[in-house]
Amino acid sequence: MSSPLDELTRTTGEWLRGEGPMSDVVVSSRIRLARNLAEYPFVSTAGPSERTEVFRRLVDEITALPFGRDALVVDMSETDSIDREVLVERNLISRQHAAGDGARGVTVSPNETQAVMINEEDHLRIQVLRSGMQLEVLWEDATAIDDNLSQKVAYAFDKQLGYLTACPTNVGTGIRVSVMLHLPALRLTKEIERVARAARDLRLAVRGLHGEGTEAVGDLYQISNQTTLGKSEQAIIQTFTKTIIPKIVEYEQTARDSLDKRRVHQVDDKIWRAYGVLSQTRCISSAETQSLLSPIRMGIHMGRFDRIDIRMLNELFLQTQPAHLQRLLGKVLDEEERGVARANYLRRRIADASAPRSN
Amino acid sequence: MSIICQHCHEAKATVHITDTIPQKRERHLCEDCAIKEGVIIKQHHTTNEILQQFIKQKTGLGGADELTCPRCGMTFRDFQTKGQLGCPNDYTAFQSLLMPLIERAHEGATHHVGKVPVTADETLRRQAGLVRLRRELQDAIDHEDYEHAARLRDQLRHLETP
Repeated sequence: MSSPLDELTRTTGEWLRGEGPMSDVVVSSRIRLARNLAEYPFVSTAGPSERTEVFRRLVDEITALPFGRDALVVDMSETDSIDREVLVERNLISRQHAAGDGARGVTVSPNETQAVMINEEDHLRIQVLRSGMQLEVLWEDATAIDDNLSQKVAYAFDKQLGYLTACPTNVGTGIRVSVMLHLPALRLTKEIERVARAARDLRLAVRGLHGEGTEAVGDLYQISNQTTLGKSEQAIIQTFTKTIIPKIVEYEQTARDSLDKRRVHQVDDKIWRAYGVLSQTRCISSAETQSLLSPIRMGIHMGRFDRIDIRMLNELFLQTQPAHLQRLLGKVLDEEERGVARANYLRRRIADASAPRSN
Repeated sequence: MSIICQHCHEAKATVHITDTIPQKRERHLCEDCAIKEGVIIKQHHTTNEILQQFIKQKTGLGGADELTCPRCGMTFRDFQTKGQLGCPNDYTAFQSLLMPLIERAHEGATHHVGKVPVTADETLRRQAGLVRLRRELQDAIDHEDYEHAARLRDQLRHLETP
């Protein structure tokens, strides 16, 4: 089972490197810009030949530009469902894009910080993502790609309404800023509702790890803007960098400090039980794995656990997800087989990491 | 079969979770208790939901939903069903019906403030820049950040006198 994604799946991608500002709470940050070509109907109305034309044209333009020269081009119609799911798990495409049909694809930069979806809901979804809180850098990346492309193709743009998008909820800047946060302490101290309230006051949306749906698996929450018209991109970004994120990070730090002072045995117990299960399990689901990795992630950042480092934790987090696991083993597995394969993988990796070094 | 919330013992449990720590157990909670526990996040209506509700209100359109875009052939009713527009020209073709919806989805905003394509003509860029600077100036004054305000005022002067 060789595929162009082989190279990709050997590593975790920049956004899971566990680095960058505020990375003990902010897992990753991302920006996407929605753009459409002026002379074509929007994706859902375009006929098959128009969609193919848009796809080919945009792939050509992107790969001719400096940022896209080394990009991996993935044509969705030639990609099997496991590889499409791998891209979703790596946060490079949306679920909708994986499940869609017709001519569509994505270009991915070698370090996975840039991924441009073609023919998703809009002709172009320029996405940039990095680990930690790096929205300013991301904005520079995104706007540069956007400027480059706008000199090659004519965007659908209106003087009053800005960038025209297939859905009027994205019209204007077409920007979606989102930050993924790990908030285990707020969850433990039952204060997570404070986050929702703070976000609500600023008209921001709070979601679980994979966007839609509300359950926060592994205590991971995503905060993103909803309005795209009437504010500049910088103003929207500043809501995150100056207001909401520092506030939530402070809430979480305060909650961690209070756990450290008042409930440290309980915290240690939670971390070590999780480690115990992960290192001994014989069959485990993806959801349980993620919820067990959460206290370990917190333990690493609180300085209470060092059997595993953050890089390895992120690797376990990604490689144990269903599609990655199947790629790793090179075959299609049913749910039970995955549970066993996942447990084997976790035990092996954890044992290797804690084995005494031979030198 | 309906299960009663294990937390308040009153409301019907609609959230079912399997905890793995400290031990494996199933819990059944009502929505309110699940929110208090942080199991789920209380959702305010997302912009998309507001939009969906709004576009489904077909009353009072007085046949205007038959409005058709001459370029892509989409009718406003098609948009109401699909939730997506057919082509960029729909924004012009359905303007009267779309604007209230756009305003509602974007906290009352009706004008783009932000970057414009680099190829767009210079006047357009200037206009957008002016609107943005004026707003930022107002913001700076509101926040009593006079140093920043002075800088913005200078930039504005520079832009206003080509």
